[in-house]
Amino acid sequence: MLNTAIDVRDLSKKYGDRMAVSHANFSVPMGSICGFVGPNGSGKTTTIRMLLGLITPTTGDGHVLGEDISEPEKYLPRVGAMIEGPAFYPALTGTQNLVVLAKLGGFDTQLVQGLLEKVGLGDRGDSKYKTYSLGMKQRLGIAAALLPNPKLLILDEPTNGLDPAGIQEVRALLRQLANDGATIFVSSHLLSELEMICDQLVMLREGKVIFTGKTTELLAAQQPMVIARPEHLKDLNKLAEIAKSLGHQMSILDDAVHVKGEKDFAAELNKAAFAAGITLSSLAPVQASLEDTFFEMTGDQ
Amino acid sequence: MLNVVRAELVKLKRASLSLSTLAAVLFITGLSTSLLFLLVDSPEGNGREGIRISRETLELATGLSLSFSNAAGLLGIVALCIFAAQTAQEYTYGTLRNLLVRQPSRMKVLIGKLIAMKLFALVVVVSAGLVTFALSYLFAGVKDISTQSWGSSDARADIVRTFINVAVATVGYGIFGMILGLLFRSPISAISIGVIWNLIVEGLLSIFVEDLARYFPGQLLSTVALGGTEEISYQYALFTSYGFLAAGMVIVAILFKRRDVSN
Repeated sequence: MLNTAIDVRDLSKKYGDRMAVSHANFSVPMGSICGFVGPNGSGKTTTIRMLLGLITPTTGDGHVLGEDISEPEKYLPRVGAMIEGPAFYPALTGTQNLVVLAKLGGFDTQLVQGLLEKVGLGDRGDSKYKTYSLGMKQRLGIAAALLPNPKLLILDEPTNGLDPAGIQEVRALLRQLANDGATIFVSSHLLSELEMICDQLVMLREGKVIFTGKTTELLAAQQPMVIARPEHLKDLNKLAEIAKSLGHQMSILDDAVHVKGEKDFAAELNKAAFAAGITLSSLAPVQASLEDTFFEMTGDQ
Repeated sequence: MLNVVRAELVKLKRASLSLSTLAAVLFITGLSTSLLFLLVDSPEGNGREGIRISRETLELATGLSLSFSNAAGLLGIVALCIFAAQTAQEYTYGTLRNLLVRQPSRMKVLIGKLIAMKLFALVVVVSAGLVTFALSYLFAGVKDISTQSWGSSDARADIVRTFINVAVATVGYGIFGMILGLLFRSPISAISIGVIWNLIVEGLLSIFVEDLARYFPGQLLSTVALGGTEEISYQYALFTSYGFLAAGMVIVAILFKRRDVSN
């Protein structure tokens, strides 16, 4: 039985002098929801295109559903994908656009209406694609990706343009598909999105994989933090010095001192600030979000 | 491959494309036929490039198909535009990536698209033929031109021959459009270059430079539609024009197969 849906080794893509993807190594376990995260231009879409046989890697190799990525015809019939946003024919209706892809892939065109209903476009199938809102276009892209009843679903930024309700629906849909046994590989720059739905993460920065593993492992790497805000702005640097003198790493951000430390440290900092004559307007122990952890790892702001 | 053809036909059958193509065909054939018949007695001529086609010539068994073969060049331009647009728009809309995910064999996509567009071009040619023949009878009546020999077996054979020649020429123009579409990956660029090349560059140069028409694909395809001329034989025009097109298709097919799809 196959354990990995995607497995890439030393995968690189070079455009001129620029390495879009540099020696990427990661694998995606079967049945998982794996988030593929990185800032814009980090190489996510290029990697996805290599996985789908749309561009040829400069070096390295990879396997999708056990087949070599140099032979996409062997695995793509079992893969659904939406790459870099939805792309359809503006003059055709939503239904016609899906019928084109269904016929092309040799799928039953009777599936189309059911898929439109699944993504909330059941009553707009007869409208031309050019009249769709961005959110509707995104939904149609997801419907197209579901056409082959995929074993592996690759979605590039699927929640772009969706309203909060739409995001919830997509999230629920992905969970349902994963429960049905599909593997989901989903890219996003919305890290909070991935934190909520993914059990695996692959993080990319400047074409390099900087983290690959379980989301829980990354969450474990998160450090708790205490955010202290002085009543008077003039006390900000003094408060930072106090935190530093107590042996904690700190930084000043948005008129507040961010100190790495457990929630018990909040009381200690409060006492020390009071002793130094500083009144705090707020003091809050927080758990760093996945986004904070990611930015700390990548060095981005 | 059959799946690609079926998918492509969904796009080609859409009302906006079918109706606009039909309108263009009606206009072209209507214009060509009406000029041929209604200006039959005009000293300025009633055929291509001011050639005078007499009343007696139109009354021959070959008279019925004359305006059809005369319209082939413009029908070819319509085919060129459709083939170029249908090919290049896959790049501009970004839909090529969807096609290649559902059908990873790029050659199957290319050949399937070509077959579907050829079928569409044949429908265009048949429509053009029907309109031309109907208008020919109509205008012949108006200008008191005898249509007695148009019902003969010679006339029927000529109609079949002309239909085949016009179809071969129209498809040839279409293939030229597809080559440009794959090369430039933009409908506007492909169509404008194709039209300018055929109507202006080839047209003007072949008027001013003797024998140059023997080497221009567009001019050769027009010759195919006419069944050959005194200067260029039918066989030479057919094999040379399709030789150019085959070479062009091989080059763009290699590019299509090897290029990264990164838009």
